[in-house]
Amino acid sequence: MKRVCTRQFRNLTRLRSFGEVREKISRSINHVCLSRRSFHGSACRLGELELTSVRYPHVQRGKYATLTEKDVDFFQKLLPQRVLQDPSELDGYNIDWMRTVRGNSQMVLRPKTTSEVAEILKYCNERHLAVVPQGGNTGLVGGSVPVFDEIVISTQLMNQIISLDEVSGIIVCQSGCVLETLDNYLAERELMMPLDLGAKGSCHIGGNVSTNAGGLRLLRYGSLHGSVLGVEAVLASGEIVDCLSSLRKDNTGYDLKQLFIGSEGTLGMVTSVSILCPRRPKAVNVAFLGVENFEAALQTFQLCKGMLAEILSACEFMDQESMQCIQENLKLTNPIKSYPLYILIETSGSHGSHDEEKLNVFLEAAMGKGIVQDGTIAMDVTQRQNIWGLRERIAEGLLHDGYNYKYDISLPLPKLYEIVEDMRQRLGSKVTRVVSYGHLGDGNLHFNVTTPEYDKEVLGLIEPYIYEWTSQVRGSVSAEHGLGFKKRDCIRYSKEPNAVKMMVKMKKLFDPNGILNPYKTIPL
Amino acid sequence: MTKGHQGHLNGVKMALRILVGCKRVIDYAVKVRVKPDKMGVVTEGVKHSMNPFDEIAVEEAVRMKEKKLASEIIAVSCGPQQCQETLRTALAMGLDRGIHVEISGKDYETLQPFHVSKILAKIAEEEKVDIIFLGKQAIDDDCNQTGQMTAALLDWPQATFASKIEKNNGDLMVTREIDGGLETINVKLPCVITSDLRLNEPRYATLPNIMKAKKKPIAKKSPADLGVDVSPRQEVLSVEDPPVREAGSIVQDVDELVSKLKAAGVV
Repeated sequence: MKRVCTRQFRNLTRLRSFGEVREKISRSINHVCLSRRSFHGSACRLGELELTSVRYPHVQRGKYATLTEKDVDFFQKLLPQRVLQDPSELDGYNIDWMRTVRGNSQMVLRPKTTSEVAEILKYCNERHLAVVPQGGNTGLVGGSVPVFDEIVISTQLMNQIISLDEVSGIIVCQSGCVLETLDNYLAERELMMPLDLGAKGSCHIGGNVSTNAGGLRLLRYGSLHGSVLGVEAVLASGEIVDCLSSLRKDNTGYDLKQLFIGSEGTLGMVTSVSILCPRRPKAVNVAFLGVENFEAALQTFQLCKGMLAEILSACEFMDQESMQCIQENLKLTNPIKSYPLYILIETSGSHGSHDEEKLNVFLEAAMGKGIVQDGTIAMDVTQRQNIWGLRERIAEGLLHDGYNYKYDISLPLPKLYEIVEDMRQRLGSKVTRVVSYGHLGDGNLHFNVTTPEYDKEVLGLIEPYIYEWTSQVRGSVSAEHGLGFKKRDCIRYSKEPNAVKMMVKMKKLFDPNGILNPYKTIPL
Repeated sequence: MTKGHQGHLNGVKMALRILVGCKRVIDYAVKVRVKPDKMGVVTEGVKHSMNPFDEIAVEEAVRMKEKKLASEIIAVSCGPQQCQETLRTALAMGLDRGIHVEISGKDYETLQPFHVSKILAKIAEEEKVDIIFLGKQAIDDDCNQTGQMTAALLDWPQATFASKIEKNNGDLMVTREIDGGLETINVKLPCVITSDLRLNEPRYATLPNIMKAKKKPIAKKSPADLGVDVSPRQEVLSVEDPPVREAGSIVQDVDELVSKLKAAGVV
């Protein structure tokens, strides 16, 4: 129970905003607990969440061994006090953050070092025991939890920062470091992590790297394929592959680390990473704008790319239905009036007045041309956090509706909103809500539908229609969330058969017994 | 009867003139650091913004103007050049004009509520205001003195820690937050009111207003213009971090707890 609500709990404690302080003062602690309980409204039915093996009966368990007393003894000797078997403790590791998949693992291992991970995998490989590497368990495609009884290897205790070179900005750390913890550590040294996402309070950097997480600042700092300089991973056989370089440039041989970035733990378990961290901006500005339609949104984006240029660090959008969702479910306030679409623009630079002037000139132009109807600029850090909260907490707000069908697609920009209007018509009143929001700057749409409970009929209306629609315009059916379990059969919508064949060959090369995170990512 | 914006409530005309104090402080969300010389805190390059309680005061004044109870609302800020930004924020939220009392350098470092209250009192007299709205305290010094001192200097009634303000014929009925709960008092005008947290939730300044604010006037004055002496009345000896909190320890049972308390000399 405790693990599942980590994301929500972290959001509550991390919001030190004035607004949140007001909330806590004017309502008693009970209310805070109540909102956690209401988050679990449908989690009171947590016990009723059906096993993945029941909900997806066509998925067959592979020819893996089952845990024996001998195995348990081995692990308990290897990791004294760090083996979890109590069923009440395992729920948090068996169920994903979205509460849509539930595994049946009987054991969670919590290693502290790379060599312990190597011992675990060597043993599991010899015994043909399937495993699931797990970080913060905040993934959105069911890739971080077992499907059957795979052993969970958690990076919770691998949270040491190994080194930081403040001159070059290169940090080396274990894969279990929480993203926000790393960012706070770097903040004190005027640096920052090159990625940022809503789950920052709970996600582990190892998971971020393994899924090539995108996030809110990809527009400015690029993808992890560029900012990760080195990876240390353990293969299924227990061999340690140390590509943990701290060099900005190293063109010696094949760049193996790129294979581990984004392969979702199916080629190896990431144990350490080295990341290039940018300087923390001295001046950050956030503006929240209202526009009439998607065309205006695109025009706004065009205009801000031209006028804000190098100081633009984020450009997000959300629709009125997303705003309604967070207003109803999380009681957040809209700083401006209601508009069909909202755009959040963030600038980061080294010179406050220079940036403010650029932002003001841009906003005057946007309003003058009638592209933007209204908006606000955050006047202090609290307002800035609140405005970001409007965008970052939509995912949390959606969960209050019950069951959330979540899609993450990238499309050519002009088509980005067409699909939403199409799906809205298609689903009509069969669903509670149809919302869309996303990274306007990256052409990435987060399309979500909610119903009070899991409804096969609704799922049938959405899939495969949405995948086919996306495939037809040569978009990606998973822009940044990965394939995991829920989209493991969807790769063909966005990748050619020959490419998939190569991937299967590589998987067999790296993991001949198929013990690493089976049933996920690529169809074998 | 034909004077500009005048609201009527209970048959009484209200055209109140309001002065709102806006202090520029280190932003609420920023971690404060002590300077290496231990004589103050680091302010260079640190994000500053309007004192949150002052924002609440600004919001209340704007609401009174929207209800046509106030005719003109003036923002005032004492401090260096950057206070103009704080005033622009107030103007963007809806105040009509600003007054910047320029004080910088050493004078600013030693500026105390005693000086500020004299400045505010002088301006209130010059501008013939009916209400002085201030935040109950500033988040950098937590003094909670300026409102009270200003009222005393002017010999005006004061309603501090206001969480609700209502009209009551020609007076104001103010609900105050006090230790025991809530206290409602009737206050005659002119008066000083200081805002508490629950008075209202400040609005976000919208773009059209932000742009309009650029054209609103900000008058510059010096303490000398107002006949106020800002020479220091205090000397800062040192500024230090609070002591680092030591880790607690878990005890097995009540006996152990009692013996540990005895050993620490607190029982």
